[in-house]
Amino acid sequence: MSWLNVAAISLFYGRIQALEDLSFTIEQGEVVALLGNNGAGKSTTLNLISGLVRPSSGTLTWEGRDLTKIAPHHLVAQGIVQVPEGRRIFSTMTVHENLQLGGYRVKEAAVIAERIALAYELMPRLHDRRDQQGGTLSGGEQQMLAIGRALVSGPKLLLLDEPSMGLAPLMVNQVMQLISAVKEQGTTVLVVEQNAKAALRIADRAYVLENGTVSLSGPASQLVTDSRVVEAYLGG
Amino acid sequence: MAQVLLNGLFVGSFYALVALGYSMVYGIIKLLNFAHGDLYMLGAYIGFVVLTGIPGAAEVASVPALLVLVMIAMLTTGLFGVAIERVAYRPLRWAPRLSVLITAVGMSFTLEYGIRQIFGASPKAYPLRISGGLVSVLGAQISVAQISLMLVAALLMAVLAFYVNRTREGRAMRAIALDSRASTLMGIDVNRTISRVFFVGSALAGAAGVMAGAFYGSIDFMMGFSIGLKAFTAAVIGGIGNLYGAMLGGLTLGLLEAVGTAWVGGEWRDVFSFACLILFLTFRPTGLLGARVVERM
Repeated sequence: MSWLNVAAISLFYGRIQALEDLSFTIEQGEVVALLGNNGAGKSTTLNLISGLVRPSSGTLTWEGRDLTKIAPHHLVAQGIVQVPEGRRIFSTMTVHENLQLGGYRVKEAAVIAERIALAYELMPRLHDRRDQQGGTLSGGEQQMLAIGRALVSGPKLLLLDEPSMGLAPLMVNQVMQLISAVKEQGTTVLVVEQNAKAALRIADRAYVLENGTVSLSGPASQLVTDSRVVEAYLGG
Repeated sequence: MAQVLLNGLFVGSFYALVALGYSMVYGIIKLLNFAHGDLYMLGAYIGFVVLTGIPGAAEVASVPALLVLVMIAMLTTGLFGVAIERVAYRPLRWAPRLSVLITAVGMSFTLEYGIRQIFGASPKAYPLRISGGLVSVLGAQISVAQISLMLVAALLMAVLAFYVNRTREGRAMRAIALDSRASTLMGIDVNRTISRVFFVGSALAGAAGVMAGAFYGSIDFMMGFSIGLKAFTAAVIGGIGNLYGAMLGGLTLGLLEAVGTAWVGGEWRDVFSFACLILFLTFRPTGLLGARVVERM
């Protein structure tokens, strides 16, 4: 039994099928990338694991628990934390308050303070702007803040939805380095990316989604050279 | 003139207490809760029930007794607010906004005519009157009772501001107002936090209701109607959804009314307030403190 087990999941939005017989696994400590085009079902997969959408059939287990019965806010408390697409930081609240909100489910104030300090250490730019409103940050800084906010909740499994979207190449590199640093701390990461090149650089393994199901999978080092991946997602 | 301003501030502090709940609910679920004024009425009746139900309670006509009564009314009205949200608004969380708005109007009638059914249509004399001597402030006469009521209102507002700005639950409320889905992803139980907002907002309205009953000496089942509209006006003037806006709006409306009344005569008071509402909606829909454009319903 794998650490996270997605098995034969189907999911509908009304009559439109978003996921069809989707199966994949994640082991503890890995960085797994989920690649694919728009509408392939990548974000839906993250929302499924976060409990925001529920499957019509199939099983979803994590550390042996059935995740489809647990409310989203309880999943956060148990260690499944998502950084949503478009970052969605609280724009009129300060950087510091955003980080504090990440610790909403953490009981001990000392632990929250420690994790916030660690986030500032990883991302000194956020510390410089701690009393600024989140909405005044640059795109890259907002992404850093969104990830930092998620880290304060102490994730065991961190779900990242398009962390490189809309960022300049230099910023993309920084975000990817941050993800590697998160892995070094022992957090398992599932990252959804359009930017397959960047994602495959930091991932251990990857799955390619097409029409709501896995069409290709393998170690990242292998997929980088796979002709089908190169042609479809790495710009030939 | 000082007399006019003091009276304005006094009435304004009631408006502010009611406007706060109005504004907080709007901020978090974008609902104009038309039943909010009726919670003020409900608070007054809960106080009435306690005073008539406990023998001898009404004899202790002192400020501490009033404070205890205010706390009982706050707790009970708060729970009513939570129940109203649970029964009437939560099932419509994803329904079109107009449906919820109409439900709020229906809830308002339910409360008004429910109370009328139980207590009758005629006004009730409030068993507890706080009076006390007059003191002179800057040449104006104000009663000790008025001063204590204003102090209670100010204290409640200070506690609320601390709660919303400095505590974990207050942060969660502000987060949901900004982005409820992102709040869920932070582990916030959105439904429970919305219940808390209804509790706090309704409790403040309930407090104002008891205080008004004890001050004016009479209550009736429609007393929430006009203050509901005034609180809405106050919230708009301050910038709806904004905490300090509601406080500022309440006091501003109280002052505007007092000055307007002194100027054009008492019978024009409501005309004057609602003219202010229309002017604000036309020329400054975001209110005095609202920075962002208010979505109109």
